[in-house]
Amino acid sequence: MVATSQNPSKIRIENLGVSYGPDPALRSLSMDIPRNEVFGIIGPAQSGKTTLLKTLNRTIDLVPEASVKGSVYIDDEAVVDAPEPVPAKSLTRHGLRDVCGYRRRIGMVAPLPVGLPMTIYDNVAFAPRQAGVKERGQLDEIVERCLTQAALWDEVKDRLTTLGTKLSGGQQQRLTIARALSHEPEVLCLDEFSIAIDPVTTMRIEDVLRELQSEMTIILVTNLVQQARRLARQTAFILNGELVELDDTEAIFSGEANDPRTNEFVSGIFG
Amino acid sequence: MFQETQHVKRKKRAERTAQGVFLGMTLCMVLPLIAVVGFLIYKASPVLSIDFIMDAPERGMRAGGIWPAFWGTVCLVFFSVIIAAPVGVLAAVYLHEYAPENWFTRMVNLAVFNLAGVPSIVHALFGLGAFVLFAGLGKSILAASLTLAIMTFPVIIESTKESLAAVPRSFREACWNVGATRWQTIRGVVLPNSTSGILTGIILEVCRAAGETAPIMFTGAVFFKAVQGGDVFAYGPMDQCMALSMHLHTISTQVPGVPEAIPFATAVVLLGTVLVVNATAIVLRVIIRTRKKW
Repeated sequence: MVATSQNPSKIRIENLGVSYGPDPALRSLSMDIPRNEVFGIIGPAQSGKTTLLKTLNRTIDLVPEASVKGSVYIDDEAVVDAPEPVPAKSLTRHGLRDVCGYRRRIGMVAPLPVGLPMTIYDNVAFAPRQAGVKERGQLDEIVERCLTQAALWDEVKDRLTTLGTKLSGGQQQRLTIARALSHEPEVLCLDEFSIAIDPVTTMRIEDVLRELQSEMTIILVTNLVQQARRLARQTAFILNGELVELDDTEAIFSGEANDPRTNEFVSGIFG
Repeated sequence: MFQETQHVKRKKRAERTAQGVFLGMTLCMVLPLIAVVGFLIYKASPVLSIDFIMDAPERGMRAGGIWPAFWGTVCLVFFSVIIAAPVGVLAAVYLHEYAPENWFTRMVNLAVFNLAGVPSIVHALFGLGAFVLFAGLGKSILAASLTLAIMTFPVIIESTKESLAAVPRSFREACWNVGATRWQTIRGVVLPNSTSGILTGIILEVCRAAGETAPIMFTGAVFFKAVQGGDVFAYGPMDQCMALSMHLHTISTQVPGVPEAIPFATAVVLLGTVLVVNATAIVLRVIIRTRKKW
């Protein structure tokens, strides 16, 4: 059952299947992700959550053995359009061509913080620079805005030239978020962003996400079901590469979801 | 009260034994090296001086210095590095960062791996056939350097690939996620963080090339060439040249009546050159490591 939303959907996924070699990671997944709110995706390990995000930002192209079938649309623009399975690396021939430009429309935060081995400033300025922004003033502005949005500015504003890799884990994760925001994405994907950081930092980032959702669509993949409950208006439960249930978050967590597996998962019986 | 049981005693004994064995093996390796170098320097001491390096040989190699051979080796190694290093490093970047996983890539990787193990005399024959005769370069520094380059560049490829592999994949993924192209990723993150390893690999190969005799014997090195001591413009790329390794070989086996100290001193100069280059590699490594960023 697909819950209706007052917003038109930002992302439309139709019959998406992804396999790594002979092993399917996603099997014919269809869902709509609403605009400008937090959309939660929950599911146990190996259920295909990360694969879904990789397909969304088309870094799946860089996985040599992956093949993709189905469609993904963002604002009705085809990101993936493959009626028959095609190798992920040749996806550019099926759908949009400027993959690198497209990836800047999606912000991606990985489970483990990745501070690039360069200064804090350069970490955030990396994407704008690659996209062609050269003017110092403009870069300064982007760096300050993104670090502020990621709730890191006050801690690092006096040492922007120290290495990003020297920050603590929680700070590096916020740095990663700042970097993901630096190319002004329309969609922000967070892949289990809190598994390597402390609860206080997690709460701070959750506050950040609540503020950001007015500006962008946020996809929150999480293993912590309560985190989805706190943030997401709608939540999808994925199991073994299939969509088990998608509904308003409260309905998913009420214990009276349509599918018994959902109730078992959110109440901690398995997963 | 803590009592030393039988088990704890045995553990301590094993610990001491293990440490002793490892130390012994280390000494086994270091002592011969010190002995050899010490012996060489002792035997060479009568003639060893800066003039020995800077002077031309006299009286049919029986007196004077080794400048033409020393400078010949420097030229050979210099040309071989400027040929082999760019080709090797760029090929390695392609093989590690771009090449699709297919039979062709696997074949190339296998070929490179095996090429690194080909004996130098085989490279010498290849150089003779390909560069001296077929390409018509004649016996020249260029032909010899190309032969040395062919010999060194599989090893440069292997060491470069290893340095590239040492850069975590998560860095690359972070770059791809923000829309960097492969080349932007390589230039912005991968290469800056693998330079130290790449340079070390190249310099170690330089040392190997400096000591090789076989590949240059057929392709460019000669027994004697009249060169003024200290003349740095003695050789052009199409000239033949003398070389330290070859010089050492000939004066030890072909020329009667060479004073004993001269071959030893030649060996010390060859060894010293290699050590100086190696030391440069270590210093570079230290400098770049202190800037290491994760």
